Amino acid sequence: MTARETTARARRVGAGTDRPAASGDPLLLGVRHHGPGSARAVLAALDHARPSAVLVEGPPEADTLLPLAADERMRPPVALLVHAVDDPGRAAFWPMAAFSPEWVAIRWALEHRVPVRFMDLPAAHGLAVPEQPEARPDDAPAVDPIGVLAAAAGYDDAERWWEDVVEHRTADGAPADPRAPFAALAEAMGALREVHGDGGRPRDAVREAAMRLRLRAARKEFGDGVAVVCGAWHVPALAARTTIAADKALLKGIPKVRTETTWVPWTHRRLARHSGYGAGIESPGWYGHLFDARDRPLERWMTKAAGLLREEDHFVSSADVIEAVRLAGTLAAMRGRPVAGLAEATDAVRAVMCEGSDVPLALVQDRLVVGETLGEVPDSAPAVPLQRDLTRQQRTLRLRPVAERRDLELDLRKETDAARSRLLHRLRLLGVGWGEPVEGRGSTGTFRESWRLHWRPELFVRVAEAGVWGTTVLTAASARAESEAVAATTLAGVTALAERCLPAGLPADALSVVMSALADRAALDADVGHLADALPALARSLRYGDVRGTDTAALAAVAVGLAERVCVGLPPACTGLDPDGAQEQRRRVDGVHSAIALLAGARAGGEADPTDRDAPAPADGATDAPADAPTDGLRGRWAGVLRKLASRDTVAGVVRGRATRLLLDDGHLPEEEAARLMGLALSPGAPPADAAAWIEGFVGGAAGGGMLLVHDERLLRLVDDWLTGIPPASFTAVLPLLRRTFSTYDPGVRRTLGELVRCGPQPGGAHRTADALTAGFGPGLDERRADAVVPVLRLLLGLGTEERTTTTGSTPEKERTASR
Amino acid sequence: MTVSESVRTASTTTASTISAGAGDPAEGSALRPHAEHAFADELTALAAADDRPRPARWRLSPWGVATYLLGGVLPDGTVITPKYVGPRRLVEVAVSTLATDRALLLLGVPGTAKTWVSEHLAAAVSGDSTLLVQGTAGTPEEAVRYGWDYARLLAHGPSRDALVPSPVMRAMADGMTARVEELTRIPADVQDALITILSEKTLPVPELGQEVQAVRGFNLIATANDRDRGVNELSSALRRRFNTVVLPLPATPEAEVDIVSRRVEQIGRSLDLPPTPDGMAEIRRVVTVFRELREGVTTDGRTKLKSPSGTLSTAEAISVVTGGLALASHFGDGVLRPGDVAAGVLGAVVRDPAADRVVWQEYLEAVVRERDGWKDFYRACREVSA
Repeated sequence: MTARETTARARRVGAGTDRPAASGDPLLLGVRHHGPGSARAVLAALDHARPSAVLVEGPPEADTLLPLAADERMRPPVALLVHAVDDPGRAAFWPMAAFSPEWVAIRWALEHRVPVRFMDLPAAHGLAVPEQPEARPDDAPAVDPIGVLAAAAGYDDAERWWEDVVEHRTADGAPADPRAPFAALAEAMGALREVHGDGGRPRDAVREAAMRLRLRAARKEFGDGVAVVCGAWHVPALAARTTIAADKALLKGIPKVRTETTWVPWTHRRLARHSGYGAGIESPGWYGHLFDARDRPLERWMTKAAGLLREEDHFVSSADVIEAVRLAGTLAAMRGRPVAGLAEATDAVRAVMCEGSDVPLALVQDRLVVGETLGEVPDSAPAVPLQRDLTRQQRTLRLRPVAERRDLELDLRKETDAARSRLLHRLRLLGVGWGEPVEGRGSTGTFRESWRLHWRPELFVRVAEAGVWGTTVLTAASARAESEAVAATTLAGVTALAERCLPAGLPADALSVVMSALADRAALDADVGHLADALPALARSLRYGDVRGTDTAALAAVAVGLAERVCVGLPPACTGLDPDGAQEQRRRVDGVHSAIALLAGARAGGEADPTDRDAPAPADGATDAPADAPTDGLRGRWAGVLRKLASRDTVAGVVRGRATRLLLDDGHLPEEEAARLMGLALSPGAPPADAAAWIEGFVGGAAGGGMLLVHDERLLRLVDDWLTGIPPASFTAVLPLLRRTFSTYDPGVRRTLGELVRCGPQPGGAHRTADALTAGFGPGLDERRADAVVPVLRLLLGLGTEERTTTTGSTPEKERTASR
Repeated sequence: MTVSESVRTASTTTASTISAGAGDPAEGSALRPHAEHAFADELTALAAADDRPRPARWRLSPWGVATYLLGGVLPDGTVITPKYVGPRRLVEVAVSTLATDRALLLLGVPGTAKTWVSEHLAAAVSGDSTLLVQGTAGTPEEAVRYGWDYARLLAHGPSRDALVPSPVMRAMADGMTARVEELTRIPADVQDALITILSEKTLPVPELGQEVQAVRGFNLIATANDRDRGVNELSSALRRRFNTVVLPLPATPEAEVDIVSRRVEQIGRSLDLPPTPDGMAEIRRVVTVFRELREGVTTDGRTKLKSPSGTLSTAEAISVVTGGLALASHFGDGVLRPGDVAAGVLGAVVRDPAADRVVWQEYLEAVVRERDGWKDFYRACREVSA
């Protein structure tokens, strides 16, 4: 556009301010999207001008949906959703709150039975452009027009300038001519666009050409008294005189896709800037308040804030409310603002009602400034794209939603089955319980999954509800998981969520949100028990990741971090426990032990795993030297912890015994040392109950416990000696403990132990060599019984002849027997 | 400016007690002049340039007071030095509060320039920062209300002449700004003597059947430490009479390192410690450790941490570094090394032997161990914490 054109346009806009009536020109109402002041001004201007039709900036595809806005079950905030038919992931939203000028204009037109149309470039074109498929054709040009105007007025904050000059002024009370503010604003914008042209957004020219064409069509149809509600930035372009041919030329040949449109419920939170599809406003709650408040908005706001704080048990008196209002007023005067705005109100609430603290203030910010308001959409609105995406996937994966229950076995090594599993897991994340995982029949390999499918009609409702999270199953599940991760309060909650997210195959960015939430909760959780409880689930998830080929580097890093924290915190947490607590702690030690083995194994397996580098830092060898742990990374650190547990007297007996046993099993503890520890624990000085607990920890629970005693007679002897040395008074006290320990053994083991004990101490005392023990239960060999074994052995080994076998055993006696 | 707060507090207190009756000390002879004397030029220039409306008995408009604290350049070219470096919002709220009839409570951990801000506010608003009550466990009610000159009382009976007004009482009578330092150290019953003053704006003297009514312009600035243990919590009745402004710790690591190093240098000079070269690295490290544990998140924002029970204020970082310097110069080779500060850091972090030790160990293992160039520090910490 030439300079002359823009000047002429600016002059025209300027001249428009003088003319009182809309004689032939359309009524151009330039607004800030979601500005409450703009909304009031629009309402006043519409009431004053009584246009014959109303055009609103928005996708023309949604024209047919406009009457729904008058439906009594329609409650803003809602959003117009336009998505490509083939790919629901490509979608654009036009959010509207009760205080949005567009919404106000639509409602006004519907109430007054005035035709209302959308007038933007069809979204079909916007969605067809491959780069930026999700960005709405938004209203913030690369040059921030309001920012430039604000800077010209000496404001550093554009939002504040707009509030002071436009929103607050019109909120004060209707000016004499409701159209005056729009004229002034149009003039300012005209001047701006003379300088900045299209503001660095060439697409705007196309959009504005489309708007002009729609405007022309509307004027042809409804006459001249047409009102237009659009972003203030576009007003000069709409007022410009261009030829139809030029506009049509601009629109020629731009690609388009088939689209579908619907209304979806929206929330204030999603209107806020910091969440996806944000509408660019930080404080929807505040704006809603400004729009709703009949008068004295500041006083009403403070009263609301006080009410909220009182509900949350912060004492706020009426005097505080008065003082807060006064302070906000003084602050506004000091800052040279016409009316106290949100910044002043917030400062005043903090200083007066929250005693200077940001903690209760955060509540006000969250509940009031942003707000919880949830929109509603009538059932007659078209189906949400999520349902379409689900239907499409059901077709591709040949998973028909049928009403009867049906079992499904999935082999995750197959591509289709893996995709089915992912879909079902994602739906579960979304709360759509179509499939429930069940215990698999037959094979229990990690690559198998069993589901029970059951589609119920109410699941359609569930899908519709889940539509608020996104337009495809994947994006919705990701968004839901992210929001749950952020909202989760307990570590166990996040861990469970992570366990559900991994099989769902969520994209990396969603997973990383969950992972960082997990890391944060783990870091802040002071109870090492929670950490220890969370670790096994994580280790399991890691194993799942291996099966499904998901990237688990982040998870591994979190799990290793968690394991380190457990290593630091566990020893102090194992002291001074009551018997129940000690049992609980022993269970955790077991869980952590196997989890750490899994972790260390996983890390040793993948060379390229970044956590390998992270956990045992290069400095490990040197820095760990003062500690008592061998320098073997996590596993070594854990062994150090176990050793600490095993040797510390204040640790509960059952935990001490368990730690000794785990060390012994892993070969970190020589048998002599284990025997020494056992001797210490079972020495006459130790309280019998504690010693019995130690025995339970050492040989109880796990199946191998009994065999250990069977095979190591020295340990058995220690137990035996201790048992016989217990004074009769204490014997009844420890009996239940012992019974609990030994009754879990296999009958065979129990009988063998009994026989061993009946044999009594063997000649040679307690310190017989291991060599003598391995051959059998007696000192010598019972030749007759050994002979009896030979035929069976032959049969088993498939040996028909008298051939010497070396496989029967390592003992020379047996070989002799076989050859005889 | 935060660094010398404690020293200043002490000297201000002494000076005000002495100068209260004897008038202002001669210009230049005082060890540390009051704010209104030290910055008299700026205050005069501001008063001349300030054409905005002033509340009753204020020397400057609220805008002028804020400019005096935050610094700026006047139309005539006078440069106003910033007295407080921090969020503008806080100063604006503080000044606005003084302009209403609520009192101002400045909260913060030690070393956040509470006293400094309160002194300068009083100097800018009333031109006098000496109407000061220093709160201690032994502050009597007379320090807040009034006392008696017993010689006169016995000789002439109760009369206005025998009454010794407290700084608060004088501020009420003259419409000035009174200051109460360390409000939470004052015993609860004495604290509550302020309630009538702040809500009714009057101080009854039942012995005389009279009262002193506050003149317009009177207000009160109190400072309190919100993290220390063993303080006398404000009663909610009193708390409601205050608007609260929480002064934050330094916002950036650079600012804090700067404060610590400057203050350490000053203390080092007064303790005759030889200057140590290359101490900056350790100071930076101590500040980093303190900030990370205090804020519960590492500097890179990646890892969350548990926070120990101690305050880990800037003031403590200063004492840790000073202690390390003493170690280095008397028992080491004169260079501040990780080993010199490790014990001090441990002592500052581990206040509660059970819970804090876990916090500290986790921090060591999860953060310090894996940080580049921190190997020496890690080893030194392992040695002292073992």
